[in-house]
Amino acid sequence: MPAVLVVEQLLNGVQFGLMLFLLSAGLTLVLGIMDVVNLAHGSLYMLGAYFAATVASATGSFWAGVAAGVLLTAAVGVLLEVSVLRRVYTRDHLSQVLATFALILVFNEAVRMVWGPQALHISVPPELARPVQVLPGLPYSAYRLVLLGVGAALAALLFFLIHRTRLGMWVRAGASNRSMAQAMGVPIRQVFTLVFAVSAALSAVAGALLGPILAVQVGMGEDILILAFVVIVLGGIGSVKGSLLGSLLVGVVDTAGRAFLPPLFAKLMAPEVASNLGPTLASVLIYLLMAVVLFFRPRGLFPVHS
Amino acid sequence: MNWRVAFAVVAAAAVAALPWRAESQPRHLKVGFVSTLSGGGAALGTDVLDAFNLAVRHLGGRLGGLPVEVVVADDRLDPDVARTAVERMLRRDRVDLVTGIIFSHVLLAVGDLVFQSGVFYISPNAGPAEYAGEQCNALYLNVAWQNDNMHEAMGHYATLKAYETAFILAPNYPAGRDALTGFKRFYKGRVVNEVYTRLGQLDYSAEIAQIRAARPRAVYAFYPGAMGVNFIKQYAEAGLMQQVTLLVPGFSADADVIRAVGKPMVGVYNSSHWALELFNPINRRFVEDFRRTYGRTPTLYAAQGYDTALAIDHGLRATGGDISRKAEFRKAILSGFDSTRGKVRFNRNGYPVQDYYLRQVVELPNGEIVNRLRGTIFRNHGDAYVSRCRLPE
Repeated sequence: MPAVLVVEQLLNGVQFGLMLFLLSAGLTLVLGIMDVVNLAHGSLYMLGAYFAATVASATGSFWAGVAAGVLLTAAVGVLLEVSVLRRVYTRDHLSQVLATFALILVFNEAVRMVWGPQALHISVPPELARPVQVLPGLPYSAYRLVLLGVGAALAALLFFLIHRTRLGMWVRAGASNRSMAQAMGVPIRQVFTLVFAVSAALSAVAGALLGPILAVQVGMGEDILILAFVVIVLGGIGSVKGSLLGSLLVGVVDTAGRAFLPPLFAKLMAPEVASNLGPTLASVLIYLLMAVVLFFRPRGLFPVHS
Repeated sequence: MNWRVAFAVVAAAAVAALPWRAESQPRHLKVGFVSTLSGGGAALGTDVLDAFNLAVRHLGGRLGGLPVEVVVADDRLDPDVARTAVERMLRRDRVDLVTGIIFSHVLLAVGDLVFQSGVFYISPNAGPAEYAGEQCNALYLNVAWQNDNMHEAMGHYATLKAYETAFILAPNYPAGRDALTGFKRFYKGRVVNEVYTRLGQLDYSAEIAQIRAARPRAVYAFYPGAMGVNFIKQYAEAGLMQQVTLLVPGFSADADVIRAVGKPMVGVYNSSHWALELFNPINRRFVEDFRRTYGRTPTLYAAQGYDTALAIDHGLRATGGDISRKAEFRKAILSGFDSTRGKVRFNRNGYPVQDYYLRQVVELPNGEIVNRLRGTIFRNHGDAYVSRCRLPE
């Protein structure tokens, strides 16, 4: 197998993983700190993509679209926290699942009413719509390199915030023992609203940036939400470090599975069997990975709660 | 009046209204239209539905002389949703025929349901191999093509161009497997890799990396709707357009994909049974009025939707508007009807025998990007399965 192919697939996997991290970091914080199962997280990702696509096509600037998408989605996040989620903090997980599942339906229908059922296709900004020579013999999409850069930068920023600032200390304290943190004078209510806004903004970044690669359509949030949940369960609920590692694992394993399993199977068995079994197994590979990790570490790779 | 009484009155009125309404309109045609109208395949279903409605309007709101009522349902690309919708159409709405389905796996999930009710299914798009051979059915007609056909045409074209090696890809569902089977049936070069991706997958970076590593002479990719938009955009962004010839069926290079991809796909060759500039009065009226009514260029899906209504009209005219005369209805359509592609005839399995053309995406001097007819690949081409169908001619 040529080395260039392995490098390119690795780049693809890491890029996908970093986008997944933007989504799962918010999800893991909300679940770990606020103890809320937020199924509507995928809807915020969808909203981010729609806001960005709309503003980008109205202003003609892709980056203005991304900025507007992030700000507007963060605002929706704050509204959502104040109006709905605050009421379900003390309820059990089942009520939270019901409430946030209802939000998915509401958001999907609302988007369908405003933007219509057809997918929006937005283009990569023209200055990035060309390949860049990364290694000799390996041209790689400039836009995907930007995604890699933005994902890595945001991950670094998040780590700095959580591990080096007072706010981050509050967040970590809230994640490991909420009532103790509250007793020590952490303003939990404000921290919750802020965490929710940040998690909405991060998922909007992912939605806005993935818009040109995927398609902006109703229901786009649910597909990726499942992967985000796999990531946070893998990484350990509430751990940002865990969700980074989990995202990269899922991204690389998923990409590698799609790229390398079918040709491997084609060598081992009859082509008819291989062409059916290869793609099928590739798509369940990350769930196999999750099962294996949970077998050895039932609380995920980096458990937070003791 | 308290609410119980009010409810009882309303319920009684509703029950009383049902049979009465049916009797007051004894002769009208109820069409059940199940299609993909949301998500990544929405553009396809919408084109078929819009064009079907346009044809009905052109025919004075009637098909075969009967006033038409169209019951529409969105299958959301989900076979279970489609089954529920079709069951409701057959039991509650009592439709006279069903049409509209875009994706083959959705059709295969509801076909038996329709046939068992003794109702025709007239396919405007999905043409699975299953219904072409042993399982062919007297209640099934496809006005478009058998799934393999478009890809057979591109396979033949790749052979004519003497491309020695090809990397071929399709989504992993019945029509995807039919597509690559069709391509390989007529391609004489070497297939270096045959890749099946998840239906609805939108990021093709892993597959594009494999293509780059395999260095084939040509790539053949069957991706309809949003999948095609994304595959072609990413193929161009990865810089492969200049290195490896991209061949696609008409589905992946029609007006819907061109609108979304734009300039990067200028030059791409594709196969089709229909083209914008086919010269016949039906097609000219269809193209002009479709543009005027809906403000966009029609696709081959739209042409198929339009032809579906024309076929039903033709069949009903032969039976004097009586769809229960099934054998005559079927025979009238099978012997040929005038469509946007000229006269289309059929094999006994209900699939067309027709010409397949080569088209190329070009940029006009005014900046508009369209498909241009470049030649004919097959004349009077049928499908490979008809010999296994036991239905009478």
